[in-house]
Amino acid sequence: MATTNQDSSMDATQAALLARVQPAELYESPLVANDRDFNWVTEKICRIVETKTPLWWWVCMAVALVTASFTGLGLLWLVSTGVGVWGLANPINWGWAIVNFVFWIGIGHAGTLISAVLCLLKQGWRTSINRAAEAMTIFAVVCAGIFPLFHVGRVWFAWWLFPIPNSNVIWPQFRSPLEWDVFAVSTYGTVSVLFWYMGMMPDLGVLRDRAVLRLKAGSYEGTKIAKQVAVGMDHFRKNFYAILAMGWRNAGNHWRNYEMAYLVLAGLSTPLVLSVHTIVSFDFALAVLPGWHTTIFPPYFVAGAIFSGFGMVLTLMLPLRALYGLHDLITQRHIDNMCKICLGTGSIVGYAYIMEFFIAWYGANPFESYAFINRAFGQYWWAYLIMFSCNVFTPQLFWFKKVRANHAFVWIMSILINVGMWFERFVITVTSLANDFLPSSWGYYSPTMVDILTFFGTFGLFSVLFLLFLRFLPLMPIAEVKFVMPAADPHGHGSGHGHGHGDPAQGQGDSH
Amino acid sequence: MSEKYGIIASFRDTPALFHAAEKVRDAGYKKWDTYSSFPVHGMPEAQGQARSKVPIFTFIGGITGFCVGLLMVWWMNAYDYPLIIRGQPYFSPVFPFPIMYELTILLAAFGTLGGMFLTNMLPQHYSPLFNSQTFLEVSGDRLCIAIEAHDGLFDAVETRRFLEEIGGTDIEEVSA
Repeated sequence: MATTNQDSSMDATQAALLARVQPAELYESPLVANDRDFNWVTEKICRIVETKTPLWWWVCMAVALVTASFTGLGLLWLVSTGVGVWGLANPINWGWAIVNFVFWIGIGHAGTLISAVLCLLKQGWRTSINRAAEAMTIFAVVCAGIFPLFHVGRVWFAWWLFPIPNSNVIWPQFRSPLEWDVFAVSTYGTVSVLFWYMGMMPDLGVLRDRAVLRLKAGSYEGTKIAKQVAVGMDHFRKNFYAILAMGWRNAGNHWRNYEMAYLVLAGLSTPLVLSVHTIVSFDFALAVLPGWHTTIFPPYFVAGAIFSGFGMVLTLMLPLRALYGLHDLITQRHIDNMCKICLGTGSIVGYAYIMEFFIAWYGANPFESYAFINRAFGQYWWAYLIMFSCNVFTPQLFWFKKVRANHAFVWIMSILINVGMWFERFVITVTSLANDFLPSSWGYYSPTMVDILTFFGTFGLFSVLFLLFLRFLPLMPIAEVKFVMPAADPHGHGSGHGHGHGDPAQGQGDSH
Repeated sequence: MSEKYGIIASFRDTPALFHAAEKVRDAGYKKWDTYSSFPVHGMPEAQGQARSKVPIFTFIGGITGFCVGLLMVWWMNAYDYPLIIRGQPYFSPVFPFPIMYELTILLAAFGTLGGMFLTNMLPQHYSPLFNSQTFLEVSGDRLCIAIEAHDGLFDAVETRRFLEEIGGTDIEEVSA
């Protein structure tokens, strides 16, 4: 920060200049609508955790648990029999397991993009969606991890993936992209948890203090039993959140170190998120198979990951917004921005599809061009068609304001995006393997019931984890939402009811 | 109320808290802090605090991660059990780069979180402030400044008057 002297002389010149030019005030819709104040934000977010569990939560939880049991069943079947129960058959030895792994890991990327990249780019609108998106990341990594873990066949030897001396004293082979992936994905999962947890500490402190305040006030309503239950719950909350908050006190000194740590973690997560899907794409790109061996894979995979992740964020946040009445926190501006990111990354993905074809033709290698023509018009043409229409055409609709304002439609689009992105991984993995070098060994891959059960069950597992998150942890970062409100500006009106739209002259000094 | 922790005062809004903090800093108090449920932009300067030392821990973590990655791959694949892969040399700093890269980030992240805990002296599950109703209400929308009793300039009467002067309301003594 510059010295005060310099600031004041700058301010004087700037004010004189602004008086003369009279710049138009650019309208920017506020990030928290309807002039809500700090207390409203705290109440709104904390009440989600503190009030009685709504009926829909129990219904969703029951459905999610039943669905999750499919994965359990599928894995039990697999482990007790052998990988033969999956649809894998020479030459297609990477089937749904890898498709599902890449699909789930990709979903996770939007969470890190929102919490890290958008933080570095000072995008204030990320604040109300970043907590849920980070939770989504972690749960998606959990779902992703299941597949390679069980794909190794004898899952009880999965620890051989890690550099732990095994019974043959052979160490992992570090030239293999698969081993790099072990490091990339486990680092990604760990760092995401650290970042998520650190961001949550102040809010956990808020939940702790609110429980203490209620216990002090003692104004519980209802019958004697209802009161006792409420008091017991608040005692539990007080202790549970106190342990997690680690004694956070909202002190200026705490915030100073916290903000620095947050910025540094954002700076670390940005190269991390880019590297994770790059390394995932190396699993393919470093093989010599036509259709896999291309240099376009790393950026193409990263863009696709962000695309599918934002699709999933929309799929999750739109119903939550309606169910919890979060319209003032997740405004049309937030939805517009998410749609636009889908549009941007979706266009990159579409460009990559077309570029693959161009290079196949331009490279003048008949085997290479055959691989791509076969991908689009061969035996898996239907998968390619689903992929292309969902990923290339769907996001283009987000150019239109009317489409973005129709939330039911956006929600359906967001699901189509994820269907398309799952098929993208299917097309890449399976079409290249099914028609490889020797036509005599070509094959056709179909999943078995076990494949299908295991995959669909992971949606249940993901939902179980996400529902637990909704019930026990703050859905939105309260402190960060408050930070982007006009009332948090130490140089503003500070009345709690700010003007909320960006003033071009003021915007400069307003950042971190 | 025998032992005092200090005095806590509330402020009307963010600018009031910000300017009050500047005045407390200028008055020469050392053992005091502001309390708000969100980070206030520019507050470290207003409180006269230096830049956070968290990046030092990040750096130590990152360097450690990089070296551990490099040494681990060399020791495992070239020294302890040399593996012949495609007739290539046993070791080069290039092929295990992703490993080094990921471990750098992993340990730097642990260093950052650990650094945040160390610089903030966390976990600290008890503080006399937790007994103060005023302090607990910071979790809602209250904005406070607390000056501790063991500050050299602290005086039960003078400090209270000073806090009133700079715009503090609901002034409360916090017992230790």
